[in-house]
Amino acid sequence: MATIVAPLQHSPVEDAEVIRKACEGWGTNEKALISVLAHRYPHQRMEIRKAYQDRYREDLIKRLESELSGDFERALYRWILDPADRDAVLANVALKNGKVDYRVIIEVSCTRTPEEFLAVKRAYMARYKHSLEEDVACHTTGDLRKLLVALVGVYRYDGDEINAKLAASEAEILHHAIKENEFNHEEIVRIVSTRSKTQLLATINRYKDNHDTSITKTLAGNRENVLVDSLRAAIRCITDKQKYFEKVLRNALNKSGTDEDDLTRVIVTRAEKDLRQIKDLYYKRNSVPLEQAVAKETHGHYEEFLLALLGN
Amino acid sequence: MALPVEHEALTKAFSGFGVNEKLFISELGRWHSEQRKVFRKRSEQFFIEDERGFERWDHHHVALLEREFLRFKTTLVLWTMHPWERDAGLANEALINGPQSYGVLIEIACTRSSEELLGARRAYHSLFDLSIEEDVASQVDGPERKLLVALVSAYRYEGPSVKEEVAKAEAKILYNAIKNGVSKKPSEDDEVVRILSTRSKLHLKTLFHYYKEISGHNIVVDFDVDMYLKQTVECMYAPQTYFSQVLDAALRDDADEAAKRALIRVIVTRAEVDMKEIKEVYCKLYGVSLSETIEAKAHGNFKDFLLALVEKGQSD
Repeated sequence: MATIVAPLQHSPVEDAEVIRKACEGWGTNEKALISVLAHRYPHQRMEIRKAYQDRYREDLIKRLESELSGDFERALYRWILDPADRDAVLANVALKNGKVDYRVIIEVSCTRTPEEFLAVKRAYMARYKHSLEEDVACHTTGDLRKLLVALVGVYRYDGDEINAKLAASEAEILHHAIKENEFNHEEIVRIVSTRSKTQLLATINRYKDNHDTSITKTLAGNRENVLVDSLRAAIRCITDKQKYFEKVLRNALNKSGTDEDDLTRVIVTRAEKDLRQIKDLYYKRNSVPLEQAVAKETHGHYEEFLLALLGN
Repeated sequence: MALPVEHEALTKAFSGFGVNEKLFISELGRWHSEQRKVFRKRSEQFFIEDERGFERWDHHHVALLEREFLRFKTTLVLWTMHPWERDAGLANEALINGPQSYGVLIEIACTRSSEELLGARRAYHSLFDLSIEEDVASQVDGPERKLLVALVSAYRYEGPSVKEEVAKAEAKILYNAIKNGVSKKPSEDDEVVRILSTRSKLHLKTLFHYYKEISGHNIVVDFDVDMYLKQTVECMYAPQTYFSQVLDAALRDDADEAAKRALIRVIVTRAEVDMKEIKEVYCKLYGVSLSETIEAKAHGNFKDFLLALVEKGQSD
């Protein structure tokens, strides 16, 4: 469930005016920006952008970019984009910053539904004049490339059917490949990157039934191996994404010097989706509410913004 | 009494594509039992002399006849079908038929637009409860799997933007891959698969142009070493040449059933796309018009329907 608190009705013109006023003159009234933008659904934000453009002949996003800076700006910028466009930007940033942040690519390709991810790919092409596949392919090499390109290229079947026999046989294929330390085994990549999510979940469950341990635990030993880490992340994203996101948040907040990129990304991308469940998981796992942890590790308008998205 | 000349016409009507319904009606339909008996006795290729004193239909030929009768229906159904369903069905059929038909997968993946291929993938979900990539990945066994999965998964950029330096650099990569082709099979080269399966078609056109500058040859010629790569490149570099060659192979006298089925597939799928250009290339390559060849090799309603599709380009 979503955590953001937004009214059912709003006036895009009035919102645009409030925002304009907040940006006029010296400095910026960040509180006012947060009070509007953090409390609007995607279609409402789109209407505000349009109203702002119509009225003031200026792209709201460009205006905000010039008014704000730092973590707050980055978070608000990501927030205000349409979700598919946002994911496209996140993917592009993950690829172009020297060292590829493969976890972001995996997150975007594995936690969105097939239709949502298709929209991301279209948004990516519109923005960057390249397909996401070709950019992922030419920025990665070797086994990691194989996995990432496959995850990004797939258009998974989204039905509920489970082929139990297939789940059993593919669970064994996975077991064998892992046992033999053949993590680059084409079969693991094939299964994880082509099967429907429902089918893959059935396969993972079958693995657990047969071997008394979850496949992600078996893969956990090898943290330095980028491919193994990616496979684990992909499987977790596909089979239990809320648990995956809780862990990302936990790590981001526990780090000395919080990882704002991860923190922003998870909160901004899940606030309209399932942040409520993620919050519950966070509390269960860490005995403190997520808001408390965020308040402790962040400050200023960035903190206010995140807390607003969290439902405060 | 039946005349040998009519027998000959009838025998001919049983070969090639489709069946000559009018001839059967006007001839066979008129014959009385004695004439039919003479026909059976004189047509050793269709009837076997049974030991118990009668001429028995050769079942193999009955099957062939059934198949020829079916061609018109198949064409009709395929023609009226939504292109997405059509491509999904063709892809699935190719997958089931095995390696000799994998070329159809390449054909569909490389000659359709990004949205058409995406549509086919959607239809595949509906028809088979699987994604095409998972089916191809799990059914294809050999080294060509990598290339085939990558091609059917493609969702290429179709805009006008191309980076010339990148195209040039990648042309060099392909050139080197072929040069080293003895030590490492080009179709298993990750870079070759990456370039051919992710880059936009416009980028590839530019790349092929640079390739010719580097190698002195057309890339199709150099890629001759690897059947699947050659076809991939052909489909993207010169699709009308590719289709003309497929049609020619289908219309030869010694064509097998797999090659023959391509006749319907190509004509139905290209009738409203680039049939005009295909006809021009076909004529240039083989010195005879496609329509003439179809006229000579096909019969009856099937022939008429095909010609109607082939001629569709004319009035546009």
